[in-house]
Amino acid sequence: MMVIPCPFCGPRNETEYTYGGQAHVAYPENPDALTDEQWAQFLFYRDNPRGSYAERWQHSAGCRKWFNAVRNTHTYEITHVYRLDQARPDGLPKAPLATKEVGA
Amino acid sequence: MAEQMTVKPAATGTTDAAVLGYRRSPAHHLAELMAAASGEQVRLREVPFLTQITIRATAPEAVEAVGNALGVTMPSAVGEVAQGEFGEGGSGSSGSSGSSGSSVSVVWLSPDEWLAVLGDEADTGVSIAAVVESLSVALGERRGQVVDVSSNRTTLELSGSKARAVLDKTIELDLHPREFPVGRAVSTQMESVAVILWRSADDTWLLMPRASFAEHVVGWLADGMREFS
Repeated sequence: MMVIPCPFCGPRNETEYTYGGQAHVAYPENPDALTDEQWAQFLFYRDNPRGSYAERWQHSAGCRKWFNAVRNTHTYEITHVYRLDQARPDGLPKAPLATKEVGA
Repeated sequence: MAEQMTVKPAATGTTDAAVLGYRRSPAHHLAELMAAASGEQVRLREVPFLTQITIRATAPEAVEAVGNALGVTMPSAVGEVAQGEFGEGGSGSSGSSGSSGSSVSVVWLSPDEWLAVLGDEADTGVSIAAVVESLSVALGERRGQVVDVSSNRTTLELSGSKARAVLDKTIELDLHPREFPVGRAVSTQMESVAVILWRSADDTWLLMPRASFAEHVVGWLADGMREFS
C-alpha cells in the first residue's frame, strides 16, 4: 500500500486516489494539423521510465482535487507532490517522449 | 400554458409540517438492527434529516461573504470544522418570519468546497430553502454554488467507550486524539465506501455515507460491534 501525500489533505492510502497517467502531456495546439500517427502518439504513447516519473493523481475519496506527483517507478518513493498550477520540480526529464516529433 | 412555463421562485418559508411527516430516512428500516447491535460499550443510531448544504467558492471575498451569512469563519484547512449559529441570535439572516435558529457546523471538504450542516428543519424551524437563499444572496454573482444536498448523505452516530475500537478495525486513518482530536472531520473511506468521518465528542463519532450506502455501512458497523455487545 502506497501512502500518497495529497497537497491539500496530507498523507492518505493509495486506495483513496485515482491514477491519471503521465503529467505534463500538453494538448496539441492545433489537433487538426496532426497526422493520424501524430494524433495517435499524443493519445496513446507515454513514457515508461525506470525511475522518476511525473504523474497525475486525483484524491477521489477526499478533496477530489487533481495534483501532480513525482514517483520513482522502481522504489515507489514519492519525491515531489505539487499542484497542477505549480511548475514541475527541477531535475526531472523535460518534455515527455509522447510530445516528441514522430520519426525524429 | 404560460403560467406553467414560469419559473417558481424558491420558497422562503418553513416547509409544511405535514410534508415533513412523510419523510423516510435512509436507515430508518435499520433501527432495530442498530438497537440490537448497541450495548453499554458502543452504540449506533441514525441522526436523520440533518440539513446539508454544499458550498463552493474560490474568491476569498466570496468565501468570507458566505461565512458571514452562516455566522462562521470558513475553515481553511483539512479537518477543520467551524461552529456558529444561523438565524435568530446569530449573524445569519434567514428571510423567514419564523422565530427560529439552528447551530451550524461548516466542514472543510476541499480548498473550494465546504459542507454546512444544520439541524433537522422540522426541529429547528430553519427551512433548507431559507438557508440556501441566504447563502445564495451572500454569494451573489460571484463564482461558486450553494446546493441543498441534505438527501445525499445520512448521518450515523457511533458512540461509547469502544466506538474508536470499532472504527479502528476499518478506518485506515490514525484516530488517536493526538492525530484526530474532537471537532475534526475529514472525507475518507470506510472499507470501500466514501464517508465523512467526524469526531463530535471524545467518544462520539459521526459517519456520513451516501444515502444508498447506509444499509451497507450500518451492517458493516454492526458486525464490528458484535464483540462489544
